[in-house]
Amino acid sequence: MTSTIVIDKAAPTRAVKYGSMSRDRTWALRWSYFFLTLFAVFSLVPPIYMLITSLKSSAEISAATNPWWVFHPTLSNYVELLSSNQFLTFFRNSAFVSIFVVTITMLISIPAAFALSRMRFWGSATLATGVFLTYLIPDSLLFLPLFKMFAVFGDWTGIQLINRWYVLLFVYPTLTVPFCTWIMIGYFASIPKELDEAAIIDGASWFQTLTRIFIPVAMPGLIAATIFAFTVSWAQFLYPLVFTTSTDQLVLPVGIITSLIKGDVFNWGQIMTGALLGAAPPLIIYAFLMDYYIAGLTAGATKG
Amino acid sequence: MADVTLRKVIKRYDDVEAVRGIDLDIADHEFVVLVGPSGCGKSTTLRMIAGLEDITDGDIMIGGDVVNDVPPKDRDIAMVFQNYALYPHMTVAENMSFGLRLKHYPKAEIKSRVTEAARMLDITDLIDRKPKQLSGGQRQRVAMGRAIVRNPKVFLFDEPLSNLDAKLRVQMRIEIKKVHQKVRTTTVYVTHDQVEAMTLADRVVVMNHGRIEQIGTPNELYHHPATRFVAGFIGSPAMNFIPCRLEEAGGSLNIRLTDRIAFPLPPARAARYQTVPRNEKLLLGLRPEHITEAKQHKEPGVENFDTVLDVTEPMGMETLIYFMLEEVEVCGRVNPNAGARDGGPLRLAVDLNNMHLLNEGTGVVL
Repeated sequence: MTSTIVIDKAAPTRAVKYGSMSRDRTWALRWSYFFLTLFAVFSLVPPIYMLITSLKSSAEISAATNPWWVFHPTLSNYVELLSSNQFLTFFRNSAFVSIFVVTITMLISIPAAFALSRMRFWGSATLATGVFLTYLIPDSLLFLPLFKMFAVFGDWTGIQLINRWYVLLFVYPTLTVPFCTWIMIGYFASIPKELDEAAIIDGASWFQTLTRIFIPVAMPGLIAATIFAFTVSWAQFLYPLVFTTSTDQLVLPVGIITSLIKGDVFNWGQIMTGALLGAAPPLIIYAFLMDYYIAGLTAGATKG
Repeated sequence: MADVTLRKVIKRYDDVEAVRGIDLDIADHEFVVLVGPSGCGKSTTLRMIAGLEDITDGDIMIGGDVVNDVPPKDRDIAMVFQNYALYPHMTVAENMSFGLRLKHYPKAEIKSRVTEAARMLDITDLIDRKPKQLSGGQRQRVAMGRAIVRNPKVFLFDEPLSNLDAKLRVQMRIEIKKVHQKVRTTTVYVTHDQVEAMTLADRVVVMNHGRIEQIGTPNELYHHPATRFVAGFIGSPAMNFIPCRLEEAGGSLNIRLTDRIAFPLPPARAARYQTVPRNEKLLLGLRPEHITEAKQHKEPGVENFDTVLDVTEPMGMETLIYFMLEEVEVCGRVNPNAGARDGGPLRLAVDLNNMHLLNEGTGVVL
């Protein structure tokens, strides 16, 4: 979003023909606006359709009227969902899982990235690459062996993890830790070496260097990683579908699907409402931290 | 306050020897400058004193204690880096007090030390700013302030002025000298700039290829260089090296530069070089200021000759002249009124009382 605003400021309001350079620029701008508009429409249609549908009653949804218009707007879907204990349980589970996963991820990723970017030890370069490669293994490959592992673990120790929401706290970090570590390795690597040397000479231990220098300096990167970890855990579908089954253990994405689709009856109004409400927390976080997020990603990108 | 001693210090990276056995005694309160071209091992030596690099072999002592295995924070040293290395998220005051806060000094003590250092460096007004809001010179002052407040045994400077523009560099050079005169802390300073080395140092250590070429006061190095490297490195414009040989001339010694040009050596020099083999390939080392325009009265040891100039560079208070002697370009310094012009003829005088004679093969000053 920021970049389009910058282009907008620089562009002349009318085509000024000073030379081929400015004419090229004008055409480049026209094309970029064309594609940006196209892309914006493409990505905004589904949420708008969801919003429209969520404001309709079931009768209106199944009626043969113009699907892009609400003739009898109603908030009943919202009222019903927000007053249903089940939906609030899903929401609570999702929130718990996401917050814990973000915390766990940060507790592992930050020290890992610090070690991999600063302490040169035997195999550290290989390990850093390895961390990224783990991220490339798709979850659809991992869920079967993981399920088996937890099942065997349950048999041996008697500690039942499957079908408990907190099993996800062990599973999600396999997705979030590698990527967050990778982002932060890049970010930490962009901090000049002299800064930690100055801190060491000033008498800081490794831990103090990390907490008093690296974390504050790399805050944009940290926020980017936090947003990523939160989004991944909030939107994850396959793992919770596999690992949790009882309604009181479900998270939002799975909960909406399993509780609002009964056999072949689709409660479209409530499904759309639930999806919209579920999309709200990441949206709000993005809106507040957007600038940090972009800064964090680009810093990671240039110093990989 | 403490002395620093290096004994046969060696640093090896895999199979590259960066520092090849250095012996150095730095006295208490002394300001020592390590100078040399890039890759000569001067920075590595400094970082080994700081403890940022392990030493491969030898001993480093600070205040009489061997610190080979002592971590940097326990060596009681402070370091100023080339790129300042200020903590970007802290204010000037926080930057300066970071070390003291880590060591849990009382708040009042920290405040008084920071205030005192800020006053000394003239940065009192900047104390609440972030590094981002400071100019290069101001940042360097803060970096020095951070070192001063710690009141360490030794100050280490790693090319602290390289990132500043020429004018500011001269200013900060004087600033550093003033600070040292006030606090008298033992200082080791690394630079590749021989002017910085000459102006700041009590003693200069000239390094080349991981070894010490010569240690001495700035004047000793300038007037009595031990090797061709030191002779050529110290002084600007650099010393001229003119191929020559010695020949007998009726009981005296002549120094022959070209078929056309030969000068009788002054008696003191002739006696000194008597034992040098006559067929040895030699170099005459002459600083530009000892090649001037010919004077009316001929002084002993000063010989005149005619040449045609290639290029002249008027500097205001003097004019630099360049001319060829056989294959070698020679630089001299003449009075701006001496009538030197590009491509023009000029009668010059060489002051052989200040000459150096070097062995071309070994580079040793005879």
